[in-house]
Amino acid sequence: MAQTDASLVQSRNEGLGARLSDTLWRRPSLLLFLLLLPPVLWLGIIYLGSLFALLLQSFFSIDHFTGMINYEFTLRTYAELFTPANFDIILRTVLMAACTTVASAIIAFPIAFYAARYAKGRWRAVFYLGIMMPLWSSYLVKIYAWKLILAKEGILTWALEGLHLNWLLDAYLSLPVVGGNSLSVSVTGTFIVFVYVWMPFMILPIQAALERVPTSMLEASGDLGARPGQTFRHVLFPLALPGVVAGSIFTFSLTLGDYIIPQIIGTSRLFIGQAVYQHQGIAGNIPLAAAFAVVPIVIMGFYLWGAKRMGAFDAL
Amino acid sequence: MLSDRAPLSLKIAAAAGLLFLHLPILLIFAYAFTTEEKSFAWPPPGLTLKWFAVTWNRPDVWEALSLSVKVASISTVIAMFLGTLCAAAVSRTRFFGRETVSLLVILPIALPGVVTGIALRSAFSIADIPFSTWTIILGHATFCVVIVYNNAVARFRRTSGSLIEASMDLGANMFQTLRHVILPNIATALVVGGMLAFALSFDEVIVTTFTAGQQQTLPIWMLEELVRPRERPVTNVVAMVVVLVTMLPILGAYYLTRGTDQVAGQGK
Amino acid sequence: MSAVVFDHVSRHFGAVRAVDGVSLAIEEGEFFAMLGPSGSGKTTCLRLIAGFERPTGGDIRIFGEQVADLPPYKRHVNTVFQDYALFPHLNVRDNVAYGLMIAGQGKKQRHKAADEALEMVRLGGYGARKPSELSGGQRQRVALARALVNKPRVLLLDEPLGALDLKLREQMQEELKGLQRQLGITFVFVTHDQGEALSMADRVAVFNDGKIIQVGAPEDIYFRPDVPFVADFVGSSNVLPADLVARLTGQSRPAAIRPERLKLAETGPLSAQVIGLSFLGLTTRVSFQAEGTRLTALLPQDAPRPAKGDTVALTWAEDDLHLMRAGA
Repeated sequence: MAQTDASLVQSRNEGLGARLSDTLWRRPSLLLFLLLLPPVLWLGIIYLGSLFALLLQSFFSIDHFTGMINYEFTLRTYAELFTPANFDIILRTVLMAACTTVASAIIAFPIAFYAARYAKGRWRAVFYLGIMMPLWSSYLVKIYAWKLILAKEGILTWALEGLHLNWLLDAYLSLPVVGGNSLSVSVTGTFIVFVYVWMPFMILPIQAALERVPTSMLEASGDLGARPGQTFRHVLFPLALPGVVAGSIFTFSLTLGDYIIPQIIGTSRLFIGQAVYQHQGIAGNIPLAAAFAVVPIVIMGFYLWGAKRMGAFDAL
Repeated sequence: MLSDRAPLSLKIAAAAGLLFLHLPILLIFAYAFTTEEKSFAWPPPGLTLKWFAVTWNRPDVWEALSLSVKVASISTVIAMFLGTLCAAAVSRTRFFGRETVSLLVILPIALPGVVTGIALRSAFSIADIPFSTWTIILGHATFCVVIVYNNAVARFRRTSGSLIEASMDLGANMFQTLRHVILPNIATALVVGGMLAFALSFDEVIVTTFTAGQQQTLPIWMLEELVRPRERPVTNVVAMVVVLVTMLPILGAYYLTRGTDQVAGQGK
Repeated sequence: MSAVVFDHVSRHFGAVRAVDGVSLAIEEGEFFAMLGPSGSGKTTCLRLIAGFERPTGGDIRIFGEQVADLPPYKRHVNTVFQDYALFPHLNVRDNVAYGLMIAGQGKKQRHKAADEALEMVRLGGYGARKPSELSGGQRQRVALARALVNKPRVLLLDEPLGALDLKLREQMQEELKGLQRQLGITFVFVTHDQGEALSMADRVAVFNDGKIIQVGAPEDIYFRPDVPFVADFVGSSNVLPADLVARLTGQSRPAAIRPERLKLAETGPLSAQVIGLSFLGLTTRVSFQAEGTRLTALLPQDAPRPAKGDTVALTWAEDDLHLMRAGA
């Protein structure tokens, strides 16, 4: 066991890596700095820098006669957001995001509930993949699939004809606002696809929140005399609510910023995302596009602030 | 107490919800074989395999595919590097501004894609950077970081911190510890994060429309076909192939995280 | 030469003084225990020796060498972790051979050494298993073998028996003691269990609030505590406050008396009221209230037992009343 004291001090003639390792051990803050440097530089310069550029642009304005950008600080571009036409776009988008969120929560809850509490063994895997596959399936393919379904000559019309219910569809399509020439060019169509594409993002947070409720808590509720319905209402649902709110962050934010779904399936009335795209592209009005893009940031800022107060971040 | 057997109404609601999610995707498979060329008519008047051959011989599809693979590969490598470093820093130590760093990582997917897209475009125009493959990669890597980060952070959290101390206690310096203890323990999480990042990048369209210029990734190609259809049956075939290809990473991620409580792909 | 020397060592985390001016000398070949409640600084002291923490003040020397700038991987010190910290991706043999692999030993040689070390902790034949397939006690032995195979000059053990059940714990106490004698290595172990510290260690340091309160042989700590904290924490001795002791002996200092040394008598210096009895098997524990102080006595089973509410007189041999310093 006895060793000479000299052996305590290992050879100092060692490689660069070993010496660097010593330095990092002596200065943990240097290690932290080196770890953080690349990601923070990347995200700080590329992402925050871009957001800053965006913000900057929104305070410029466009000269409507020459079409040139006037690089002087002004709030005029923001004021343009409040013209009736533009404000309509904002309202329409927020309303659509809200409807999509509510519908997603309603459809997602039973799936999440079943997956969290009842799916065992093989069924667990089935549910897991059953939720993950659509979530990760190609966004455009999903939209395309609905174009096939909702088209006038598509599968939905065929199915309703088979059931002799096409008068129902016709009656619905003749309604103002929600109706249209066919479902694929109506607000209803836009809504269905929004729900379809973003709903899977609602399932996982709800499922996670439900799985965190210990079984003993439900047994305690039953033990104290609650019927299953009461246990659900007074124990399980309140505990799942942060999960619903967490999921709503995704559905709301994603709907708010989407511009492809309403472009492919829907009416000619614009949503925020489309306004951003059109103003920066065809119109070349980058300041107005930037100002439009700031709207979802501000709305999501308030939304996240509210969600945080409800404890939704613990459910993420 | 809630019973161990699910009520019938819940079973029906859950099954209906899952059907709603899956039927439209299955429909894509049927359309890939249709003989109908001009419309979306259902049921298909006939079935054929000829569109597979037509698609195979379309150079524009191959170009878009190869650009997508290239962008997704490079973005994934960058995201794995940045995401792992960030996860290591955030999970190993508590430091001032830790919350800010996690927020910074999550922000690119927390904000709507159109915001990220127009922001990058503004920056490119202000900095006078011409559009290229690299401007696409810049955007993709930025929002892919969070996927790798989430997976790595979860794994770091479940890996006992004393493993690293044990390794150093047994004579390994930091780089030896990295190689012999840290990497083997986070490898599957990194692979899963990488696969999901690849899938995310491969499928991304919203940010890409702002950063791509004239080049076409596969999703941009598809978007073009959706807005201005040229040859619908080719789109059908591509759609089916894309569905099949995107299944691979998610199946792989599932296989690798099976048996752990980690849900891969959360927070796409 | 001392194996480990602390010279006014401090480790502060912001405003928290986890270790606060500790001086200490651990002798070569000694079985040394650091005992204290959680948060008392004992584990931080162990981590300072291992090199996982660096002192904010003072000097640490291991076998005479300053180690302030020496990272853990350059110290001839090995640790058995509280959660064992076995590498989950390596089998038991590779876990044990890890240190030898890093040191550059060939595969054959290090596997042979690992198997011998496993033999020593009576786990011969377990080499091919994964740590997850072992019981808690077995994992603990693997952790021990993994540290010892490197032939450290000091072995650090952080609450090594904390996660084991009582019977296994007692068995491991004896095994550890035997290993230490057989190998002659300096063992430093951290525990919050006074029984464990007293039964295993040659010397015990009692920690509280980041400071060492008393260092001494187990009998000293047990029978001759310096201050009320040690009396209370180590032996659950009765502590008599200074004013009571002043009346009994004329010296105004707190004093300790072991519960088994308190006797019931017809007349005695202290009268007390019985407030509770509990049967412990060999003895009965009796709680008293005496002049505002709570006392306990352990009475042998054959001694006459008072009833609850009785007022009795308490007495003791003069030597058994141990006077202490005031303070902590």
